[in-house]
Amino acid sequence: MSATLTLLHDGRSDEFAGADPARPAISPEDLEVALGWELQPEGLCQGPMCVPVDQDALVGDGGLDLGVFADALQRPLVTDEKHDVAALGASHHDRGEALASLQAPDFTLPDLDGNPHSLSDQRGKKVLLVAYASW
Amino acid sequence: MYEELADEGFTVITVGIERSPEDARPWIEKASPQHPSLIDIEHLVPDLYGMINVPTVVWIDEEGRIARPNDASFASNRFKLLTGLDSKRHLRRLRAWVRGDAPALTPSEVRKHQELPTAVEQEARAEFTLAWWLSREGHDEDAERHYERAGELAPHDITIRRGSMRTRGLNPMGFAFLKIAIKSALTRTPLYRRIEDSPA
Repeated sequence: MSATLTLLHDGRSDEFAGADPARPAISPEDLEVALGWELQPEGLCQGPMCVPVDQDALVGDGGLDLGVFADALQRPLVTDEKHDVAALGASHHDRGEALASLQAPDFTLPDLDGNPHSLSDQRGKKVLLVAYASW
Repeated sequence: MYEELADEGFTVITVGIERSPEDARPWIEKASPQHPSLIDIEHLVPDLYGMINVPTVVWIDEEGRIARPNDASFASNRFKLLTGLDSKRHLRRLRAWVRGDAPALTPSEVRKHQELPTAVEQEARAEFTLAWWLSREGHDEDAERHYERAGELAPHDITIRRGSMRTRGLNPMGFAFLKIAIKSALTRTPLYRRIEDSPA
């Protein structure tokens, strides 16, 4: 049965038509437009950087298998079949490498009035970043 | 603190790890801060910085580099009895760094004190993302198994476990959290990751 898959990734959500929620797959075009990766003979590529991938496992009748894609990039993929939704997380390798470089990861978040602020707006100042919660 | 050092090329950025701006509004409006006070309903900052509890503070220098990595610190000693964290020490150190009286950590010390995210923590974060989306779509019952799975994967991640309690109809100040705190004490897994506690 084909349905619309909602994929939560990189802080946003995209919808892909015709995906089997048990084995989520997307078209090569969607992979490129939504996720920024291109399937090349060398593997999965993002600009000059390529990651090897088992192409026989990746390419199926329904499109590119998202589970194989996620494994190749060491990103977690978790699904809820009932609601045709999947979440593709960030790779611990990428997160760890970014932190170990000691460059503070930049982010943009809204204030109470919805105005966006970025960490990088404060370049030139020393910053105390405080994550807190009301709970 | 902010008022005292704002003229010395320093700012605070607070990030509320909340379900909605409304959860943080009373806190922010009461403090009416002059520095950016942001709301992070998707747990982006915990994901980017590998934070597993709040409050967590990070020092970032003028070039945007991490001068002191994730450390548990409160703004006051209100919770000292509960957490064992002394805020005064942190504030004294911070003041000295901002004023240029004392250096922060060296890059190799920063690296030594960093706890980098693991594959299983990232999987827990993905489960949380999925659960939170289902909650917001009105599928609370189906969200529950993903919250549970996230908690099983990363039982020490309090931003996920305690941070999802209100959404799940649990009291973050009540028995559900007490159970986590007791388990943490029994397994000697600290709820708050302090730099002083890290192995040398």
